[in-house]
Amino acid sequence: MYPSRFRYEAPHSLDEAIALLRDGGDDAKVLAGGQSLVPLMKLRFASPELLVDINNLPGLAYQRSDPDGTLRIGALTRHVDLEKSELLRTSQPTMAAAAPLIADPIVRNRGTLVGSLCHADPQGDWASVVLSLGGSVVAQSTRGRRSIPMANFVTGPFQNVLDPDEIVVEAVIPAARGQRAGGYLKLERRVGDFATVGVAVSLDISGGTVTHAGIGLTGVGGSTIAATEAAAALTGRPLTPESISQAAELAAAAARPRTDHRGSAEYKRHIVTTFVERILTGSSRGHSDEAERAA
Amino acid sequence: MSQAVDEIKIGGVGASRKRVEDNRFIRGKGNYTDDIVLPGMLHMEILRSPLAHARIKSIDTSRAWDIPGVHLVLTGEMMATRNLAWMPTLSYDTQAVLATDKVRFQGQEVACVIADDPYIAKDACEAIVVDYEPLPVIVNPMQAVAEDAPVIRDDKENQPDNVIYNWEVGDRDGTDRAFASADLVSKLELHYPRSHPSPIECCGSIADFNRATSKLTVYMTTQAPHIIRAAVAMVAELPEHMIRIVSPDIGGGFGNKVPVYPGYVCSILASILLERPVKWIEDKSGNLISTGFARDIYLKGEMALRKDGKILAVRMHADADHGAFFSDAQPSKFKIGLLHSTFAAYDVPVAHLTARGTYSNKAPGGVAYRCSFRVTEAMFFQERMVQEAASDLGMDQAQFRAMNFVRDDQFPHRTPFGFLTDSGQYGKCLDVALKAIDYDNFRQEQAEARKRGRLLGLGISTMTEPLGAGNSREYDILGIKMFDSADLKVHMTGKAILRTGAKTQGQGHETTWAQIVAHELGIPAEDVVVEEGDTDTAPFGMGTYASRSTPVAGAAVAMVSRKIRAKARKLAAHLLEVSEEDIEWELGRFYVRSAPDRGVTIQECAIAAYSNMPDGMEPGLENTAYYDPPNLTWPFAVYIVTVEVDPQTGVWDVLKMVAVDDCGVRINPMIVEGQIMGGLTEAYAMSNMQFITFDAEGNCVGANYMDYLLPTAWETPGYELHSEVVTPCPHHPIGAKGIGECAAVGGPAAFVNAVMDALSGTGVRNVDMPLLPDRVWEALTYHRDVSGAPPVRSDD
Amino acid sequence: MTMVYDDLGDEATGEVPVRRIKFTINGEKKVAEVEPRLLLAHLIRQGLRLTGTHTGCDTTNCGACTVLVDGRALKSCTMFAVQADGHDIQTVEGLATASELHPLQEGFKEEHGLQCGFCTPGMMMAAKALLDANPDPTEEEIRWALSGNLCRCTGYQNIVKSVLWAAQKLRSQAAE
Repeated sequence: MYPSRFRYEAPHSLDEAIALLRDGGDDAKVLAGGQSLVPLMKLRFASPELLVDINNLPGLAYQRSDPDGTLRIGALTRHVDLEKSELLRTSQPTMAAAAPLIADPIVRNRGTLVGSLCHADPQGDWASVVLSLGGSVVAQSTRGRRSIPMANFVTGPFQNVLDPDEIVVEAVIPAARGQRAGGYLKLERRVGDFATVGVAVSLDISGGTVTHAGIGLTGVGGSTIAATEAAAALTGRPLTPESISQAAELAAAAARPRTDHRGSAEYKRHIVTTFVERILTGSSRGHSDEAERAA
Repeated sequence: MSQAVDEIKIGGVGASRKRVEDNRFIRGKGNYTDDIVLPGMLHMEILRSPLAHARIKSIDTSRAWDIPGVHLVLTGEMMATRNLAWMPTLSYDTQAVLATDKVRFQGQEVACVIADDPYIAKDACEAIVVDYEPLPVIVNPMQAVAEDAPVIRDDKENQPDNVIYNWEVGDRDGTDRAFASADLVSKLELHYPRSHPSPIECCGSIADFNRATSKLTVYMTTQAPHIIRAAVAMVAELPEHMIRIVSPDIGGGFGNKVPVYPGYVCSILASILLERPVKWIEDKSGNLISTGFARDIYLKGEMALRKDGKILAVRMHADADHGAFFSDAQPSKFKIGLLHSTFAAYDVPVAHLTARGTYSNKAPGGVAYRCSFRVTEAMFFQERMVQEAASDLGMDQAQFRAMNFVRDDQFPHRTPFGFLTDSGQYGKCLDVALKAIDYDNFRQEQAEARKRGRLLGLGISTMTEPLGAGNSREYDILGIKMFDSADLKVHMTGKAILRTGAKTQGQGHETTWAQIVAHELGIPAEDVVVEEGDTDTAPFGMGTYASRSTPVAGAAVAMVSRKIRAKARKLAAHLLEVSEEDIEWELGRFYVRSAPDRGVTIQECAIAAYSNMPDGMEPGLENTAYYDPPNLTWPFAVYIVTVEVDPQTGVWDVLKMVAVDDCGVRINPMIVEGQIMGGLTEAYAMSNMQFITFDAEGNCVGANYMDYLLPTAWETPGYELHSEVVTPCPHHPIGAKGIGECAAVGGPAAFVNAVMDALSGTGVRNVDMPLLPDRVWEALTYHRDVSGAPPVRSDD
Repeated sequence: MTMVYDDLGDEATGEVPVRRIKFTINGEKKVAEVEPRLLLAHLIRQGLRLTGTHTGCDTTNCGACTVLVDGRALKSCTMFAVQADGHDIQTVEGLATASELHPLQEGFKEEHGLQCGFCTPGMMMAAKALLDANPDPTEEEIRWALSGNLCRCTGYQNIVKSVLWAAQKLRSQAAE
């Protein structure tokens, strides 16, 4: 309930924030929404020496579509902004399905998508979603900016590739190559529960053919899993019951779930299969799936 | 023509009076323990054991003492020099306050730090270094009695193993004979999992020892302040009259705030040593891992049946896992609580129950959580066995119950375990419930849906429970009889103050007790202020748990009001200048029988008590009543739930829930309904998602709110409540029976039976609670029972 | 200037850096000196002695600590007091005016939306944020908006009714 002592800075510019991180060394952490970090600090599972609060940085709360359709989401965009987003509702079915399922409504008022990606919790929902969309994050430091594909961003539970003095300023979702379809299904026992299993499926369909597919799996491995073989099995062909079934099987095979109090490994694999099928079947009917809570 | 006041208008019995306590709660002006600040107050944090069973080789507190702001670091060794390392429990066992030789469960209290603020106290806890030597761990009764099991309580003399008690009740031979003659025997084995009451407010205390007056005041979260005063007098060896326990507002109890916890004792000793107030407020993780657990009991049940469906006999064996210390708050005569109230509503001629309690490396527990002393287990076992029996016979669930119910004309009825039930309309309650759920239509719908691969289910559960413990012949805790009390002082302007020995934690006593006074005396409820919880002012009582308050303290309120009325009658006679025999009473007023227009109000009698007494009468209008209940009360309920199960994921949703509660006279119908809905929600939680368990190393899985799930407004179903059936209690002064725990007692089986019904045809007899999606899926897919007993399964 | 800690010993003051923050709470301007690690909930409860906001868990689940920060419902146990610098906080104590209860407070009493009262302040603040944004919510919308606030006593059904009652009263007040 009571965190350890730390130093605190609340810069007002990005450059200032980066400089603080650079000087703060390995034991400095960025504080954005804080809805993952602060609970860890209260239980003393995390005890950073310096917190750099970026909530005062201007110009980081945005969701905008580039002319070519690329979607950019600023680091201070809260989950609730995405839940209420008309832009997402009309053009990003996987994201729109996931947004209401993040934690609970009050946590969503404060937590951020970018923060969630950086936190790299294997049970975090956004990572699977962004993975399935082939998204990336843009990190900034004194050395400039670099784009890191989501597939390379997370290296293990709660571990990402960022240098100590880098701040992620936005998440980037590539433009759709055709009609974007997909969804996110989460097996949670109640609102605010972590996913026992979460499945993100994203498709771009053009001329009846799947031009891009991505499947991200939450909670069934040491970190978020990209079911690349399953996605490949869908790409370049129309969506059929056979391709759906094949993808579902391959996705389950890619999962590495553990048996624990949430269920057996076998059950979790089965849920992966079920959810992939449900999302794809919904997509093949030509409408985006509603966020379906499994509880 | 009557000039009686309108009972509903003045907020008497039957009025859905708005709650008095709300006035401060809605303004954020409640006075919970953590809200209280005393001058010079210090803060205490507890260091807990990370291991479930280990010898303590050494504790080094030196770095903790060095932290600025730290005033005291207490260890078991230091407590031992003052004879405080161990304390007696409410079940005649002993419990460690701070560990000395060993730790016996994960989360056990090992040391505590008192500092200027809790942040510093926590820093200091982190600086304490403990060297443990791990020992083998026991997490269930089977392990506890195995050949090579380590003895957990090697601190006790004459404790060669891990068995606490063996207990039996009923007629073994008669039951055996009945089984021998049965056409069919239906069997069921299950585990009622460990559950934690988890009120939102955690436990805590502020101990304030005043050296100048030698008085110890403890503000604390307790449902039973007088029991605590007695316990503290024993443990701290302070004289009882120099101890004051104050239970302020409590943010939910549910039995979690009855036991005496080590934190309270440590805060008391710290205050005595430091001569400053010491506040200890635990965090939720501490609360979940170490405080009053409930249940964790294994059933082997058998029912002997005649082929037409008549129950001939019941046989049960229960293995109860009590954790590391036997510390349950329950009537001392009954080791397994009132588990033997099972089958009280069914006409079962003979039965036999055996029970064994064992120690394990878990926090102490068994009796808590809205259970009425294990009546939750009694009714759950009963309704699960009834469901399986009906199923085995191929009989309709409702019909099987109806034919075996005790009939209305069979009261008073002696249950096979010796309880005496006195009233009820069981059949009518069932009929109301079946109609409300549209039973016949649902069965049709269910059959149709099955053809299309949809799994619908319906579950029935009934319960009756022995409330109002209890009569002094049979009931005591640590030898103290379980009466209760009420003290009523009517002031000269006819306003009054009422204090009782109960302690509300949300049940609305400040509102409802005044309604009883209004009912008896005609004084408007708003003219009666109600206080509870301060042992310096409240009459002695045994507190509020096990739904005993309306039956016992409520009865005392009625009785003391009648004493007041009896004296007021004499005053009325004096004022009206007639003899007492000529006086009649109607609500709020005495009048002359032969001249009804000549009367005096109760308020006029009150003034007279202070200014115009008859010769020889003691002035004043105040009295106290202690109520020793002649018997238990027996509310009855039928709960029916319909569900749909998703066969692919095992997730199930509630379609409809109907509750028919017969709790006798309802003092405040609005409050009664609130209690029922709260209990049903806890039942839903237990059956659907609440899960706290242990792995093979004794690590507690689920000791925080991320893993121990309480339902939110989103998942919680709506309820249809019925109040048509009212069978007043024949012996309670106002005919009330009590309601606080009924729905938590009877509810879980309704949900479980519904899911089992959806699974019928698979041959699955039992899935342990909580019916998590993975368990339901496993049962459906593999057609096998699923146990939830610890150790929790894992890959390792 | 508001002292945040009781009895902070001299040695501790020397060692612990504090920050000066300015904020508004229930319409009143305040200044405080706080250690960075002090949780906002503790600033409210101990520093400001506004004990209507409660703490019920240590994992950001229960919502008993819910307050409004710049009109947005947040769990005050999961924010640091220093982060309130420059912001506007509203707690349950700020719901009523000098002469009148807020319709939410009235509604909770009318519809028996509380029993032990511990979750109630947080529940009402979350409900206020809902009604500020959506004056005519459905039952489903209310349950969704309150799904970050746990109640152990009521079973939520009366809480929903309380919010509906308040919404109705607020709408009729607005219509006048």
